[in-house]
Amino acid sequence: MIFINIKKKLHAAEGNIEANFELEIDDGEFLTLFGPSGAGKTTLLRMIAGLEKPDSGIIRVDDEIWFDSTKKINLSPQKRSIGFVFQDYALFPTMSINENLRFAASDKTEQSFIDELLDITELTNLAHRLPDTLSGGQKQRVALVRALVRHPKILLLDEPLSALDSTMRTKLQDELALIHARLGVTTLLVSHDIAETVKLSNRMAQIESGKIVHIAKPLEFFSSNTLSGKLNLIGDVLSIQYDAPIYVVTLLVGQSVVKTVVGKQEAQLLHVGEKAIISSKAFNPILMPLK
Amino acid sequence: MESEFLATMVLTFKLASVTTLILLVIAVPLAWFLAFSSLRFKSILETIVSMPLVLPPSVLGFYLLLAFSPVSGIGSFLMDHGIRLAFSFEGLVIGSVIFSLPFMVHPIQAALSQVPRSIIEASYTLGKSPFVTALRVVLPSIRHGLISGIVLAFAHTVGEFGVILMIGGNIPGETRVASIAIYDEVESLNYAMAHQYALTLFVITFAILLLVYSLNKKSLSSLR
Repeated sequence: MIFINIKKKLHAAEGNIEANFELEIDDGEFLTLFGPSGAGKTTLLRMIAGLEKPDSGIIRVDDEIWFDSTKKINLSPQKRSIGFVFQDYALFPTMSINENLRFAASDKTEQSFIDELLDITELTNLAHRLPDTLSGGQKQRVALVRALVRHPKILLLDEPLSALDSTMRTKLQDELALIHARLGVTTLLVSHDIAETVKLSNRMAQIESGKIVHIAKPLEFFSSNTLSGKLNLIGDVLSIQYDAPIYVVTLLVGQSVVKTVVGKQEAQLLHVGEKAIISSKAFNPILMPLK
Repeated sequence: MESEFLATMVLTFKLASVTTLILLVIAVPLAWFLAFSSLRFKSILETIVSMPLVLPPSVLGFYLLLAFSPVSGIGSFLMDHGIRLAFSFEGLVIGSVIFSLPFMVHPIQAALSQVPRSIIEASYTLGKSPFVTALRVVLPSIRHGLISGIVLAFAHTVGEFGVILMIGGNIPGETRVASIAIYDEVESLNYAMAHQYALTLFVITFAILLLVYSLNKKSLSSLR
């Protein structure tokens, strides 16, 4: 069981935001964090790993406290039982694949475990090669295996598949699922890709501006919203104009600017610069194939 | 005459070797600090390290000579402990270390700043201490910077003239290195001897550089 309740000031492109993550993760769970870039997903992962320090709060893993600002406890990354897979793979360029893994392994790690991992990921024949001679997908597998050889309690994956083409992506997703089923290691994955998220995770957490705005099982995730509308879009309120007797609200949703009409009471709840949800009922939207 | 020639050459390369070795020990932590630290006084330290690149050697030599002289504070303190730095081999080593510092630090610093932060962090997340990480992960991946630093510092020390003349003088077997000897022989119109020194320096330096670069190339291509 991992318990997280931490705060940190983030310096995002659109100014500073105060991130506040509250999260409980069960043993063996596969949790995906998704949301726009700059929302703080990677920072959350790095704070769990001890690579970045939260401003305040607590991180507890089972009975062990990894971070507690009131007791001034902050375990170094070396003391935390984690495996981290970086976006750029971060393989040691001067060591062969096998040396990368042996370097990572503690003295207790059996060679048979390394061999098993190499086998699952089809890397056995490449073990003597240097990282620079491998393809992106192969490098990513090595990074994954290397993160696992120490039997970590938590596996942290920072967009490990984002740089790969879709075929390789699918293959690695399957391997990731296989490894998770085989080892049962608690896994946190940062991803931009909703399809990937649904496929792999037990639960998914949506992160916006440093907050977990929604967390649910993948299939419930899209149906459990409290609003009656089937289609929900989140947008930024750009302007609210009174055009008697109604109010015209202009919003930015993704890349498009949308105008919509609200009554006086609703208009009073909205403020320029804040986020708003546009909801559309099931019979209302018009769908057509994208040409 | 032959034995004096030999003694001078041996002294020259002994000075360069000792200097390079000391520099290697000093420069790696210094370059590490300059490459990774974000402290404000870093730029002051960077300036001090680079000063010998632009300062006339005679300026540095002059101040070192003043500092080493037995009438100065440092000099008399060292004298009381039986160490004489002015016009001695030890003094030459100190002068050369200071003067060749940027030639060792800059290539290492440049190589260090190319090392991706993530491989250092990856090593930490794999339970390795900063020391083990530096030794096994970082240093091997900056070996080209290390080799450049060693070669440049060594070659620069062999070729150094101004500082050595100021603080070492021209004592055969003690402070008389090849570059000084050439100047000395030319002054006394002994061109044959000057030639012998100059050509020897030329050939040896060329051979060392050639060896290092071809080794370097081989180790580069073995990675592919």
